[in-house]
Amino acid sequence: MKNVVVRFCGDSGDGMQLTGNMFAQLAAEMGHEISTLPDFPAEIRAPQGTLGGVSAFQVELGQEVYTSGDKADVVVAMNAAALKVCTLGSHFNHPQAHFDEEFSLFHRHAILIVDTDSLTDKDLEKAQYNTPNPFEELGIPESVQIVPVALTTLTKEALKDSGMDNKSVLKCRNMFALGLIYWLFDEPMEKAIHLLEEKFKKKPALVAPNTKVMVDGYNYGQNLALNVQQVHLEPSEGSDLRQNSADGSKLNAESSFTSIAGNKATAWGLIAAAEKAGKRLFLGSYPITPATDILHELAARKDMNVMAIQAEDEIAGVCTAIGAAFAGDLACTSTSGPGLSLKSEAIGLAVMAELPLVVIDVQRGGPSTGLPTKTEQTDLLQALYGRNGECPAVVIAASSSANCFDYAYEACKIALENMTPVILMTDTYLANGTALWRIPKLAELPEIHPQGVPEELKGHYNPALRDARGVRYWAYPGMEGFEHRNIGLERDAEKGTISTNPENHEQMVLARKHKIEQIANSIPNLQIIKPSNSQTFEPSNLQTSGTLLVGWGSTEGHLHAAANELGCDLAHFNYICPLPKNTREILSQYKRIVVCELNTGQFAAYLRAQFPDIKFEQYNEIQGQPFAVERIVNFVKNN
Amino acid sequence: MEASQFKSDQYVRFCPGCGDHAICMALQKAMAQIGIPTHQVAVISGIGCSSRMPHYLNTYGFNTIHGRGGAIATGVKTSHPELTVWQMSGDGDCLAIGGNHFIHEIRRNVDLNICLFNNRIYGLTKGQYSPTSPKGFVSKSSPFGTVERPFVPAELVLGARGTFFARTLDVDVPTTVDCLVAAQQHKGASVVECLVNCVIFNNGTHSWIADRELREEHSIILRHGEKMIFGKNKDKGIALEINTPSLGGRAGEGLFRLIVVPADDERVLVHDAHQQDPTLHRLLALMGQERNLNLSPSMGETEGALPIALGVIRDVEAETYNDAVNNQIAEVRGKAKAKTFDELTATLEQWTM
Repeated sequence: MKNVVVRFCGDSGDGMQLTGNMFAQLAAEMGHEISTLPDFPAEIRAPQGTLGGVSAFQVELGQEVYTSGDKADVVVAMNAAALKVCTLGSHFNHPQAHFDEEFSLFHRHAILIVDTDSLTDKDLEKAQYNTPNPFEELGIPESVQIVPVALTTLTKEALKDSGMDNKSVLKCRNMFALGLIYWLFDEPMEKAIHLLEEKFKKKPALVAPNTKVMVDGYNYGQNLALNVQQVHLEPSEGSDLRQNSADGSKLNAESSFTSIAGNKATAWGLIAAAEKAGKRLFLGSYPITPATDILHELAARKDMNVMAIQAEDEIAGVCTAIGAAFAGDLACTSTSGPGLSLKSEAIGLAVMAELPLVVIDVQRGGPSTGLPTKTEQTDLLQALYGRNGECPAVVIAASSSANCFDYAYEACKIALENMTPVILMTDTYLANGTALWRIPKLAELPEIHPQGVPEELKGHYNPALRDARGVRYWAYPGMEGFEHRNIGLERDAEKGTISTNPENHEQMVLARKHKIEQIANSIPNLQIIKPSNSQTFEPSNLQTSGTLLVGWGSTEGHLHAAANELGCDLAHFNYICPLPKNTREILSQYKRIVVCELNTGQFAAYLRAQFPDIKFEQYNEIQGQPFAVERIVNFVKNN
Repeated sequence: MEASQFKSDQYVRFCPGCGDHAICMALQKAMAQIGIPTHQVAVISGIGCSSRMPHYLNTYGFNTIHGRGGAIATGVKTSHPELTVWQMSGDGDCLAIGGNHFIHEIRRNVDLNICLFNNRIYGLTKGQYSPTSPKGFVSKSSPFGTVERPFVPAELVLGARGTFFARTLDVDVPTTVDCLVAAQQHKGASVVECLVNCVIFNNGTHSWIADRELREEHSIILRHGEKMIFGKNKDKGIALEINTPSLGGRAGEGLFRLIVVPADDERVLVHDAHQQDPTLHRLLALMGQERNLNLSPSMGETEGALPIALGVIRDVEAETYNDAVNNQIAEVRGKAKAKTFDELTATLEQWTM
C-alpha cells in the first residue's frame, strides 16, 4: 500500500490528540510523509461519553501525502459516542441516520477497532443510541472489518500490579490502542518506546505504566493473531517530498526532518527571520483559538531573545507591536478572525505610519465567534479590504503546516524591506495539523535587508522621505539627528508633517498603493503544478485537460490531489496582494478555471476584480472542515 | 539643556487661551531640566487636542489613534527600556476609549510618564461630555444634562495599584514642571493629571481652584516631608480624624476622614508620598472632589472645606514591567544552551531520510 488514513477518536479526556501525534511522529521517523488533522470540540471537557465530547485525530501517511485524507482506512473508536460520530459524520445528530458513503468518516472496507468495554447500556444511553446493538443500529456494512477489543479490561489487567488507582489506570487505555495500531503497521517497538519516553519526559512516573500498556497492546495484536492483515507501507522516496519553501530551495541528501505543527512552524519562521535580519523579535498578542500556540511558542523562546507580550486585549496586542516597530524591532501580532477585526484600525495606523508589522491571522469558522476550533478561509476579504480608507497591505498565505515556516519568514522579509504591514493567512487546518518539515539552516534562508536610512539624511530626515522604490526610510528612537514625528494623520509628501491639502492626499494614497504594487517585483512568479506523472492517464480525464484548478492557502494539498485525479493543472497562490506578476499570463492559457475555496468565493471575487475579462467558475465548501478531494473531483467532472 | 532645544519647528495650534499651551511650555522646561537628549526621548499620544503635543516637541514622537497611546507606549518602552517614554492623553482618550490600556499600563507599572490632560470635555470633536464631566453637565451630546457618574482619575490610578500620581493646574507652571520632573524620576507608570481649561467648550471648568484669588484657599500643594499647610495666610492645615461609630462616632461618614484644622494644630499631617499603603493617598487625592464634581461648585469660602490636592500625592517604588520582562529574558538566555536558530533546531527530535 502507498497511503493509509488512520483516525483515532474517543472522549475529550481519552488522550486522542497525544495518541495520534505519537503515532504520526513515529510514522514520520520511519520515513513516511504525514499530514495530520486534529478535530476536537471547542469545550475543554464536555460531559464524558457524550456526542459533543468526541475528540479525534486523523493522519494520512505514506507517499505523496497531500492531505490528512478524506476518509479513514483504520479507525480506533474508544467509546460509543466516538463510534457513532465516526460512522455518521456530520449526521450524528440525525435520529435515523445510518452509515453512508458520503457522510461516514471511514471507508466501506475500513478496519474499525472498538473498545467493547465502553458499549455498556449506560454508555449507549449517553451517546443517544436507541437499541442495545450499536453496530446494527448504525448500519455499519459487513465489508467494514470490526475488531472488538476489551481495551479497558486489558489495560486494567496490564496494570494490575502497578499499585495505581483505577482512574490513573484508565487514563492509560489510549496506549493500549496505540500499541495495537503499532502492531497493525508493524512499527518497531524500540523506537516507539523511545518516543514515549520523550513525550513523558516531564512526568517520569508515567513512563513505566504507559510503556507496559503500549507493549501489551502490541503483543495482544501479535499473540492473538487478530483476524486482521498487518498493513505494510512502502517507505517514501525522499525525492518525492514536496518542500514548498518560499525560496524554492531544494532538498539535499544531508537534510534532516522532523514533524512540525503549523503554529510552531510559524513561530519558528519569525525567529529565523529576526536572527537573519539582525532585529529583535517582538510579539504582542492576546489568547485566541486557534492562534494561541504561536504566543505559547514565542513566550517560551526567551532563549532566542524573543520578547512576547500577552497584552490586555487584541488591540493592545497589535498596538504594543506597533510601538516596538516604531522603536526599531521586528514586530508581530498573532490572532484569528475576530481579533483581526479588532486590530483593523491599528493595522491602518501601521499602513499610514509606514511601519513594518507582521500580522498572523490563523483563520477559523466565522462570522463572530463562529466555529472557534474549525477551519475556514473566510477572512480573505477582511485581510485585503477590512480597514477604513484606501489602506493597502500585503497579504500572503501559507499552504502547508510545514511551509508556515517559509511564509512567516517571507512575511517578515517583505515587511522589513518594504515598511508595510504584511498579513499572513493560515488556518486551523494548518495551525493544528502537523507535517514533515525539512529543517533548514539559517545560512540557506534568503537574505533580509531591513530598510534603513542614509547617513547623509542626518539632520534633514523626515518620515516622508522615500527611496527609488517608493519605500520610506526607517529611522527610530535612539538614532541621533533623525528625530521626527510619525502620525496616523495624512502627511505632507515632502515635509512629512500633517497635511490636509487635497492634491497631497491623493498623491499619498497613490504612493502607498504603489509601494505595495512594487513588491510584485521581488516575489516569485506563480508556478503551475502539473498532475503527478504517477497518475495513469484516464480517457475520462481528456475533458479536463484544459482546466485549471485555482486555490490559495491551506487547500493546496487537497487541490493537488484533486488535480492529480482529474489530470488537470493547479495554480495555487501563496502571494495574494500583490499577485505574482505572471498571474494574467497563466490564467489566460486555460479555457476553464475553477477557483476552489472554503468560503463562498472570496478569492474568486478578488480575481474577477483584477481580471474582469477572464471567466472564473467556483467550487466552495463552508462546513468548517478541509475539502474532501472526492467532492472537488466530482464537481469538476460533472459541471 | 535649554527648553528651546525641545521646541519643534511646528506652529502650535492649540486655541488661544487653551491650558495646553502652558503644559507644552512646562513639558519643554521639564525635559530640559531632566536633560535627556532629544533622540533618547519618545513622546506617544492618541487622539485629541492634547494628543497633538508630540508635534511641538523636538523629540521622537508618534501621534497614533484614539485611545491606543498607552498600548503603543507600552510597546516602545518594553522593547526599548533605554528610551525615555512619555504619553500624552486626555480624559476622553485615556479614560473612555483607552480606559483598558490605561489601567493595564498602571497595573503593570510600565516606566512611562503619562500626562493626563483633564478638561472634562471632548474638545476636538467640538464639545461632548467626557468620563470626568460632572453629573448633569449639559453638552452637545447631553442636551438635558449627563446622567452618568464621573471618574475621579486618581481613584482609577490607585485602584489599578498605581505607584505614582500627581495633580497639577495648567496655570501653575512651576508646580507642573516639578510634577513632570518627579514623574520622570519615578521608575514606573507615573500619572500626572493636568487640570486644563478648555477655553472654547468648557471655559472655567476648574476656575474654583484656578482663579488666582481662590487658588490658595481652595488647593494645597503637597510636598513630600512637608506639613500640609494651605490658605492665603498659611493658616490652615490638614489632619486625619479616625471616626469609630462603635465608640460613638458618626455613622455613615467613613472610618477615616481628613479635616481642616488651624495650621498650628499638632495634628497637622506631614506628607509622605513614599508610603506604600495607599489609604491616606486616596483620601488626599479625593479631597475637594465632591465639590469638584458638583456642577457649579460654590466659588466662595465654605467653612471647613477641604482643598483639592496638587503636587505629587503618591510616589512609591515597585518593579517596573519593562525591567521584569527584560530581566527574565536575560536570565533565561543566560542559562540557555541554544541561543541561535541553528542551535535551536538542533534540539529537535529529527532524522534523515
